[in-house]
Amino acid sequence: MIQTETAPKPRRNVELALIVLALAVGVGASALVSINSDVGLDRDFWFQSSLLAVAAFAFHMVLRLRAKYADPVILPIVVALNGLGLALIHRMDGPGDDTGNNQLRWTLIAMAVSIAVIWFLKDHRILRRFTYISLAASAFLLILPLIPGISAGEILGARVWIRVGPMTFQPGEIAKITLAIFFAGYLSSNRDLILLAGRKIGPMQFPRFKDLGPMITAWLVSIGVLVFQRDLGSSILFFGLFIVMIYVATSRISWVVIGLLLILGGGFIASQIFSHVAFRIDSWINAFTPEVFGRSPGGSGQIVQGLFGMADGGLVGTGLGQGRPDLVPFANSDMIVALIGEELGLIGLFAVVMLYLLLFTRGFRAALGTRDAFGKLLACGLSFAIALQCFVVIGGVTRLIPLTGLTTPFLAAGGSSLLANWIIVGLLLMISNTARGPVDTTPMVGKPPASSSAPARKPTTGQTPSAPTEAVKHQ
Amino acid sequence: MNQAIRSSWMAAVAMFALIFGAISYVQVIGADDLNANPWNQRAILASFCNDRGAIIVGGKPVAESVAGTESCAFQRKYTEPELYAGITGYFSKGFGSTGLEQSMGDTLAGNSDQLFLDRISQMFLGNEPKGASVELTLDPEVQKLAFDLIPDGQRGSIVVTNPRTGAVLAMVSKPSYDPNLIATHDTAAAAASYAELNQVPGINLNQNVSGPTGNLLSPGSVFKLIDTAAALNSGKYNKDSELPNPSSLPLPGSSASLPNYAGGNCNVRETASFAFALEQSCNTPFASIALDLGQDAIRQQAQKFGFGETFGDQLKLQQAISVFPEDLDQAQLAQSAVGQRDVKATPLQINMMTAAIANGGVQMKPNLVKTVRAPDLRVISELKPEALRTSTTQPIAGQITEWMTSAVDNGIAKGAAVPGVKVAGKTGTAELGDSGLNNSWFTGFAPANDPQVAVTIVMEGVDVLSGAQLTSPNAKKIFEAVLNK
Repeated sequence: MIQTETAPKPRRNVELALIVLALAVGVGASALVSINSDVGLDRDFWFQSSLLAVAAFAFHMVLRLRAKYADPVILPIVVALNGLGLALIHRMDGPGDDTGNNQLRWTLIAMAVSIAVIWFLKDHRILRRFTYISLAASAFLLILPLIPGISAGEILGARVWIRVGPMTFQPGEIAKITLAIFFAGYLSSNRDLILLAGRKIGPMQFPRFKDLGPMITAWLVSIGVLVFQRDLGSSILFFGLFIVMIYVATSRISWVVIGLLLILGGGFIASQIFSHVAFRIDSWINAFTPEVFGRSPGGSGQIVQGLFGMADGGLVGTGLGQGRPDLVPFANSDMIVALIGEELGLIGLFAVVMLYLLLFTRGFRAALGTRDAFGKLLACGLSFAIALQCFVVIGGVTRLIPLTGLTTPFLAAGGSSLLANWIIVGLLLMISNTARGPVDTTPMVGKPPASSSAPARKPTTGQTPSAPTEAVKHQ
Repeated sequence: MNQAIRSSWMAAVAMFALIFGAISYVQVIGADDLNANPWNQRAILASFCNDRGAIIVGGKPVAESVAGTESCAFQRKYTEPELYAGITGYFSKGFGSTGLEQSMGDTLAGNSDQLFLDRISQMFLGNEPKGASVELTLDPEVQKLAFDLIPDGQRGSIVVTNPRTGAVLAMVSKPSYDPNLIATHDTAAAAASYAELNQVPGINLNQNVSGPTGNLLSPGSVFKLIDTAAALNSGKYNKDSELPNPSSLPLPGSSASLPNYAGGNCNVRETASFAFALEQSCNTPFASIALDLGQDAIRQQAQKFGFGETFGDQLKLQQAISVFPEDLDQAQLAQSAVGQRDVKATPLQINMMTAAIANGGVQMKPNLVKTVRAPDLRVISELKPEALRTSTTQPIAGQITEWMTSAVDNGIAKGAAVPGVKVAGKTGTAELGDSGLNNSWFTGFAPANDPQVAVTIVMEGVDVLSGAQLTSPNAKKIFEAVLNK
């Protein structure tokens, strides 16, 4: 795309400047919250802010050492979002609540894990070796919450948590990553087969039935999550992830059509069979009828209170700490978008949504720039997952679509979500590092030397999706 | 592959475009609707602990904000809670507000447009926001008297107005309740009281309209005043007309018949003058008039007195709309003409009908708020009486007044007679099914030659005897109380 003949630039100093800006957002918000809660800028505030800053700068240093060509915008965006999330969660903490500090602990853990991924993995292409291990890991992670003894049981109608010591953890968040790795690996190896065989009906080429295998698997996993874990949001997220990756691998719109038909069919059947799905849809369409508003559980009170809050916020918001988000259930997790809308206003919420837009756009840029099919698929899948997750959450809160229980990446309170999303950021940074860096012509360990026939700086074009530009493609 | 990646990015951007649209809708375009939603407590909560203006009757506050707790500086207090509950309503944290607390809410909270400059100065001076106070037209003595005239345990309403100005002098109903129980800061206690009060028959706090302005009741014979006006207005009848007065009128198209009251004096005559028919409240003459004139004439006359309409924007209380049904067959029309079947009227409607007759056919807008005063006692707005509609002509109103006067002097409303004062009145007894119980009505005004007060009393679910005792004699006491001032 914008790749030029000039030498690759690391742009780490740009990143450093942006991180300072990002910290100003997070720490500034935190300062406002502290001042408004009458405790002022106490020792806790300085301690927490310093921890976040140190972690952000440490991450930056690691990139300088290990991935110096990584995209310089991704890390600052995420630091800004995470910092803002910490401030907002802290703002919702009543006396004795510790959600804010817990979120800070998880932030540090998640950043450490993300750093470790970058430090030890070095190159995302190594993950391709773990294609089928990833599939097994995904299955394992998704089944965990259903196993008695480990399962944390049914919380708020969904069975997606497991108990680890005193904490609960949502393995499905990590499964999002392992499933993306599996699909990237599987599709980058088998796309030629899927592409070449098939039957043409009208303008669209439909795949052979046996090549539908991965699609069927995806559908089964999504429906399984919906049926056994009662988690509509994750089900939609997984399915969207699969459709996009299959589409990108094959460039065939027919996959999207089949996928959408499958999800609509599955969704319709689910809404007929499962009360939790029917309730979600009912409280979306009939949110303002008294029976639905007052129904508990499964009523629309949460959505409607969130809408009231956002409407109260209007264009400029009530100001941080000045609104009444205590009227909205789960204002620090599922409904944190409504909290932003209320206290920071349309302007503040637009800014946050714009950060997400920039974030996934940088992810797609990495997908375009990297030269291996696996990396393209992985970056594209993970970026799209972030976008879809935001769409499902914010669309649900604004009553664009039915509300489902997904977390807002980096903002919402919840350790598993933070951990998973920081790992995704680590992966995207690594992929962007290969995308923006000088062509890596060194062989992978245990692999024959790569074909040097690929001119590294040649702009890739859509017409040659399988152009031999990938250093590790031909094994 | 890169083309597919770009397409996926476009799809993601398209999703975000939808999100931007949805956020804009919620926070800007549709925000006013959401803010005005009755389930939305944010406006109340924002001002709940502020110093709200008082509601004042006869110089004394009946609802005021007194010092609350540290966390919530002011608490709403109702000084004569049950007496004024139907007027003030309540101002609560969990259940919104009703009555004047709701309709005058912006004024009481100090948010109305008229108080804009006050708000600006409060902002610059750093003073706490303070609401305007509202002074009512009610006469505290008449209000108290009327309230006490309805025995505890009896369901009923009394409306007293000045027919010349529309000013409400008293408006009470029972059962009543204590709004302090709902207004308390202790939300759990408020919720418990709310649920408990809703168990009381006749109290429904979920409904914002109740009591004299909201109870739709069968009016019975007081509706005959409308038949009379319609008859005179048609030109087919005049003051000397002799009306057919069979003891029982066969209902057209049905095997049933409409009788005159068996125990009364109606049955001594086969025909009747208007004066006699109104004095004795005979049924068949008025049924005959209605069958003769047709339902449209009766309905139009009823509408001129306010059926199917509200009574304007000055009362500041929610009003139920009184009903004269459409598409009646002849049998239904005959029964509707004597205020039975599906004809329903509020006590306010009957009072306004009476007041229009008293005021020469011109119906004034009923009003409750006399003055609104800023926190510094400056008068912000003052009520001016306004005519609402012309219900009938002055000659017809005068003629009906004459007959209503003879109903008190010589007829069955004689319990309302006040020595030395000409009183005009009409009673009504609406049967409630076959229970033997009735809604017992009195409506009238005095002095007949110079009307100063219109009184409407209804007692629900009483037998004939106690109904008669609770209506006309009580009206007499209210006439005396108002006129002897």
